[in-house]
Amino acid sequence: MDKSNKSGAEALIHSLHLEGVDLMFGYPGGAALHIYDAIFNQNYVDHILVRHEQGAVHAADGYARATGKPGVALVTSGPGATNAITGLATAYMDSTPIVVISGQVKSNLIGTDSFQETDMIGVSRPIVKHSFLVQRAEDIPDIVKKAFHIATTGRKGPVVIDIPKDFTDPEYKFEFNYPSEINMRSYNPPEGADTSSIKEAADLIATAKRPVIYSGGGVNQNNASEELTALAKLLNFPVTNTLMGLGAFPGSDPQFMGMLGMHGTYQANMAMHNADLIIAVGARFDDRITNDPKQFALSAKKIHIDVDPASVSKIIHADIPIVGSAKESLTALIEELKCRDLKTNESDISEWNEQIKNWRDAHGLNHSLLEMGAQNGKILPQQVIQSLYKETNGEAFVTSDVGQHQMFAAQYYHFDKPRQWINSGGLGTMGFGLPSAMGVQLAYPESIVSCVTGEGSIQMCIQELSTCLQYGLPIKIINLNNAALGMVKQWQDMQYGGRHSSSTYENSLPDFVALTESYGHVGIKVSKFDELESSMKECISLKDKLVFLDVDVDPNEHVYPMLEAGNAMDHMRLSKDEKTW
Amino acid sequence: MKRVIALLMENQPGALSRVVGLFSQRGYNIETLVVAPTNDATLSRLTMSTEGDEKVVEQITKQLDKLIDVVMVTNLSESEFVERELMLIKFTKDSFPENVFDETNIVSEDNEIINVQVVGTSLELDKLISEIDANNPLEIVRSGSLGISSDEKTLTIEN
Ligand SMILES: Cc1ncc(C[n+]2csc(CCOP(=O)(O)OP(=O)(O)O)c2C)c(N)n1
Ligand SMILES: [Mg+2]
Repeated sequence: MDKSNKSGAEALIHSLHLEGVDLMFGYPGGAALHIYDAIFNQNYVDHILVRHEQGAVHAADGYARATGKPGVALVTSGPGATNAITGLATAYMDSTPIVVISGQVKSNLIGTDSFQETDMIGVSRPIVKHSFLVQRAEDIPDIVKKAFHIATTGRKGPVVIDIPKDFTDPEYKFEFNYPSEINMRSYNPPEGADTSSIKEAADLIATAKRPVIYSGGGVNQNNASEELTALAKLLNFPVTNTLMGLGAFPGSDPQFMGMLGMHGTYQANMAMHNADLIIAVGARFDDRITNDPKQFALSAKKIHIDVDPASVSKIIHADIPIVGSAKESLTALIEELKCRDLKTNESDISEWNEQIKNWRDAHGLNHSLLEMGAQNGKILPQQVIQSLYKETNGEAFVTSDVGQHQMFAAQYYHFDKPRQWINSGGLGTMGFGLPSAMGVQLAYPESIVSCVTGEGSIQMCIQELSTCLQYGLPIKIINLNNAALGMVKQWQDMQYGGRHSSSTYENSLPDFVALTESYGHVGIKVSKFDELESSMKECISLKDKLVFLDVDVDPNEHVYPMLEAGNAMDHMRLSKDEKTW
Repeated sequence: MKRVIALLMENQPGALSRVVGLFSQRGYNIETLVVAPTNDATLSRLTMSTEGDEKVVEQITKQLDKLIDVVMVTNLSESEFVERELMLIKFTKDSFPENVFDETNIVSEDNEIINVQVVGTSLELDKLISEIDANNPLEIVRSGSLGISSDEKTLTIEN
């Protein structure tokens, strides 16, 4: 262990290095300058200069989501700190492990409304898993150790370390000791499997006639997708994933019903509504899934596996609560099932799977739209996703922004692997797509990383095109350009008599091709269906270039199915003039 | 029904604001809240009371337990427990209800003003307040509830 004397700033960077960090995202400013100088003087940790602090936090978040390793962002005090807030809230809602380090004014100035002073601990309090205000330079190694421990264990989440400038002063050095372990009496997240109710769970599974496996982001976060898939295969039970859970079970597997919830497939929502057993894993029954919780899956018993005790029975009562790691609890469940030589109700299960197939045949998504060519002379947004899927062999990382394009990507790109689909599900943050793609591309320089976005969302963090040039990030931006805040417009069509209040731009959109080119990248415009596939091919084939594919899509398209608010999950609109009730 | 939750938390800057922030953030209705350091100087004990139903109290308890600074939480009202509150009341001498209080209640007295103290359950204090309403007390101060379990259970940690 390195015991040489270090300043607080050096201790910080060295602690990050010892935590395995080799990459961080940030933006400098007065209160962080000692830290920036320490970064300059070492070679362990690379620093990526973003163009806005929101971008730094989203990039760290994207890196964390793609790799499972904690992402790190560094910002200055005041405006730097407040610019990081949206990124923190995004990571908090999706439980991703990031550590955000903010410079703070000198400790003797705290509370005096000094220049660029913001109470970062106070402002971020409700949107962090935990935060630390450094009180002594010597505490920095210990706090970094704790911060990474907290961010990456239990239900993961963002941690803030706020460091007054005087504690990073290069003049003040102390003996550097990095703790090899930590023991926090107040923090003992559940580890391993919860086996207390495994037998009861297995009993329910053995007698279920209409079971559904419903899994969420927790399975991806906990690297439990193999176990989830093994369980589903063992039982031949149908599987659905939440928006955050896509990829946990192979999207192209026939046992997969697609996403559930607000814009979930007909068969997934119908299966949930009619189930007699729901096995929820790493999912939290949020309102985008359950619709009206009082009418949610009334005939189903619920087994709920989650690492967060507070998520279990929060919204929907769990008949069998299993509070532990998804990976290990699933392993324990599989073992229990195998060792009792389980017989499920095979004939009931195949009847149930047949029923699901019928639902799919009746109202499932059409995955062959691309072959149907232009629709009324227009390109459908779904066709663009299908084309992207085809050209990338379903193997790309796909990040997305928020809106219709996000839902189309989730519905039509079949994610076969966990961590392949990266989006802001909980907070729904427009602007997340491009910076998060930077984090993914830096983690996986050889992989195809595409950002599916809309002309609205991309403009929220478009400045990061400059960062992409500086670091040579060949992201493929697929802009589903419907010349509108499409999702807002859809709601206005459905609920506000088609009054498009502030959801269109009156010909004020930039020329995205020219814009991208002025940033030094490649821009390609697609306005006719006949150009779609060849342009997509070209876009993907330009391996070393960032390409902005700006596709004019049908501006009148809506996302369906769509749950009807205030009802059970079987109440869906299936198209502009078709509904299930 | 009144429910009383007690917790131990790290006696650290920011810990209290996290606990209090949680209540507003999650929309919990808290009636009383009392905080003081314990005899172990690294810990503070916080006692809160709420009218929420069982499900709400269970959520509050779980969410509190999730806070990193919170070491231990208990829902005292789950079993037999003792709940007490302190109340101070100020009267003018002319309107002092002599039939209600005796010497032992009086904590200060001058030519014009008498201050009394009363200890009891919150319900007893509520009742007393309506009893003395006609005497127009000048000021009533309540501490909020403290609680302790009736049996051998304790909310302490081993060091
Ligand atoms: C930061 C932020 N502001 C507002 C919203 C509300 N909102 C949700 S979707 C949407 C429209 C997005 O437009 P665009 O990016 O063009 O996507 P489209 O729906 O057209 O595909 C808006 C404004 C949001 N999710 N995030
Ligand atoms: Mg749009």
